[in-house]
Amino acid sequence: MNALDRCTVHEHDVIVIGAGGAGLRAAIEASAAGVKVGVICKSLLGKAHTVMAEGGMAAAMGNVDDRDNWEVHFADTMRGGQYLNNSIMAERHAKDAPARVRELEAWGAVFDRTKEGKILQRNFGGHRYPRLAHVGDRTGLELIRTLQDHGIHQGIEVFMEMTVVALLKSGGRIAGAIGYDRERGRLRVWKAKAVILATGGLGRAFRITSNSWEGTGDGQALAYHAGAELLDMEFVQFHPTGMVWPPSVRGILVTEGVRGEGGVLRNSEGKRFMFEDIPDAYKAQVATNEEEGWRYVCGDKNALRPPELLTRDHVARCINREVKAGRGSPHGGVFLDIGWIREKLPNASDHIKRKLPSMYHQFKQLAGVDITSETMEVGPTTHYSMGGVAVDGQTQASCVPGLFASGECAAGLHGANRLGGNSLSDLVVFGKLAGEHAARFAKANKAVEVDPAEVEAHVAAIEAPFSRSGGENPYAIHAALQDTMQDLVGIVRTQSEMERALEAIAALHARHAKSSVTGHREYNPGWHTALDVGCMLTISEAITRCAIERKESRGAQFREDFPQKCAECATFNLIAKKAPDGSMEVHRRPLVPTRPDLAAVIEKMK
Amino acid sequence: MPPIHAPLSTATTTRRVEFRVWRGDSSGGQFQSYTVEVTEGMVVLDCIHQIQASQASDLAVRWNCKAGKCGSCSAEINGQPRLMCMTRMDTLPDGQPVTVEPMRTFPSIRDLVTDVSWNFRVKKRIKPFKPRKPDNPDGSWTMFQVDVDRVQEFRKCIECFLCQDVCHVLRDHHKHDEFIGPRFLMYSAMLEMNPLDTENRIADLKHHDGIGYCNIGKCCTKVCPEHIGITDNAIIPMKERVVDEFYDPMTRLFRMFKPR
Repeated sequence: MNALDRCTVHEHDVIVIGAGGAGLRAAIEASAAGVKVGVICKSLLGKAHTVMAEGGMAAAMGNVDDRDNWEVHFADTMRGGQYLNNSIMAERHAKDAPARVRELEAWGAVFDRTKEGKILQRNFGGHRYPRLAHVGDRTGLELIRTLQDHGIHQGIEVFMEMTVVALLKSGGRIAGAIGYDRERGRLRVWKAKAVILATGGLGRAFRITSNSWEGTGDGQALAYHAGAELLDMEFVQFHPTGMVWPPSVRGILVTEGVRGEGGVLRNSEGKRFMFEDIPDAYKAQVATNEEEGWRYVCGDKNALRPPELLTRDHVARCINREVKAGRGSPHGGVFLDIGWIREKLPNASDHIKRKLPSMYHQFKQLAGVDITSETMEVGPTTHYSMGGVAVDGQTQASCVPGLFASGECAAGLHGANRLGGNSLSDLVVFGKLAGEHAARFAKANKAVEVDPAEVEAHVAAIEAPFSRSGGENPYAIHAALQDTMQDLVGIVRTQSEMERALEAIAALHARHAKSSVTGHREYNPGWHTALDVGCMLTISEAITRCAIERKESRGAQFREDFPQKCAECATFNLIAKKAPDGSMEVHRRPLVPTRPDLAAVIEKMK
Repeated sequence: MPPIHAPLSTATTTRRVEFRVWRGDSSGGQFQSYTVEVTEGMVVLDCIHQIQASQASDLAVRWNCKAGKCGSCSAEINGQPRLMCMTRMDTLPDGQPVTVEPMRTFPSIRDLVTDVSWNFRVKKRIKPFKPRKPDNPDGSWTMFQVDVDRVQEFRKCIECFLCQDVCHVLRDHHKHDEFIGPRFLMYSAMLEMNPLDTENRIADLKHHDGIGYCNIGKCCTKVCPEHIGITDNAIIPMKERVVDEFYDPMTRLFRMFKPR
């Protein structure tokens, strides 16, 4: 019996891999274009990592401050990304985000309101004006539930709890995907004219992360092995505020919304250390004293933002510095204090519970801390990958015909550092674009046949962990990889440590090739981990190689051996690609040129 | 200067706890014992992960966020429907074994994982959101916070299905074909109370969704990890609307003379 006959085969025009915000928005758009669409989710529908997004969705609607418009949002995004962003994507993102927010409302989302009955917007790091449409601190849940509840009525076929292990190609074009279902462990092949990757992030490659178990870099690894290019992989965002205590919750996100609502960072000496280090690019935008910062939080249009609302890369580094200098909190973080606003607001406790309900419960239940009166301990946590599959800024197409990507697993919009709130808007703006162009591709091209020999090779790889015995437990390999990436390719990087990381990753590759799993194929998490680890090894190598090649500190990348920005490095992105001999090659690619009119906008907003 | 925690010791004390975890599938199963090293702050899901990593790599469990936001890790802990990720070990009785078993209202797949697909089919049957025409030229609506507070309460639902698990109409009487359960009674209420919605789901609630089966025992409300007032704020108002529409004498009289 040939391998293809052992697989359950599905046929669609467009297959979307991933059912978070980007995947669902892409599927809705493709389906609206009249093609047959399937969505493959690694978990149950509506559980993707998008649910964990808290603070909001950036869109220059100007509901709270009418000075806001797409030009300001565009310039903020480029500045935050240290000008390595694809300016075409940043332009589209800034222009389209307001319409995408209103579309969510038309589909049932219920955002917090202004006094005038409009969608309320809140302050966030790096955004000049209050810009984040939000629902308390559970905006991601609102977004995914809205897309889910709308999407189930759009004729989309949903494959829950199934994992794609490889993309299939024929004659250089995408032909579909192969994977397994968790419930029975059966092999599945999805034939498709076009495939959209929307698999999200890769934080599980690090020990301390805010990412759910799904964030294993699947889309990036699938694309890489299918011949697509990965862009900007060195830029991994360490969110400044993750929980640090107790140990079992280390890394869980504490929304930037806490700082947007007036939360301040202090070291063990009680000092607001963020005032001491303000980057030149932001000097003209930051408050000079605590009193002015509070006025900004209260909506005073003449006040400048408090330094806690600088970009995430910078805040994370400042926290790291305080901890290393011995001015940290008892468990290796710093103090985040929102309760202090009691001095300013008569009903502060209720206000905090209403604006930050998840944070209140999260700390109360998991750490026994009442954030309305006690300080939180926070520290950096691996949060987001700015890098990912390189795509065309107009279509979200990768260099492999028929392969598209959107959301976190794609790259370009955020450059060297993402602004908070720009991710949820990214998902819907570029999810829609990917859906539109994948459907167009599927209509313009005939189906291609999958290659049985290719299927056979993948089936062998999928089943390999069962065919070996006495090998290492895949959980142990995963844990070793997380330690390697956390300790050697983390928030502060040096050449020698990263070279050690490359050696360690190579050794883990060898161990992974011999690992084995026990039990049978039905819902066997050991087996799933064995396959996920393969993806994480690939993307970890890409992160490390690109981080070595970028010999400067910029945005999310901080090199202790090259602590400054270098002018030459401002001219290129890095591409990681599979060479014909199977090794990973990294090369420089000049930035996408910025159109003169966009360059003028950047200049005007400086 | 706000209060700052007194410096705590970073060294944690470890205790050994016996776990009795249900292992099996649709054909049956039994509790199996494992010993877990429990340190400060650990939740039940951490213990399950420890068992997976060191003793039983094929122990099936569904989880995603480990922060109480996705609603994947629902189970019955010491007989109580809970999220494993939000159940701290120090809230369970000391010195006794901890039992963990799957939600019993849904068919078993394997170990702690159940087949909850019925819920997804039920949701698809409910008439979707149908907004009135936008109020403003840019496609937006004018709504005030006070008008959306209640709807937002229902929209906090993380679809953990613990309310479905504990509801006796489903758990003991297996009325899955006639009753949509608290989660979807509340979902219908959420749509009905949305100020923009123009659809009417009251007849469906009476005739197809089995709202009459609910005898407001409030078990659902008690287990909701999001503390949503499922019974008081969603189900009872919907019951009242059903009564208004179908049993109110004036409405009935009016209906008798209404041209068909």
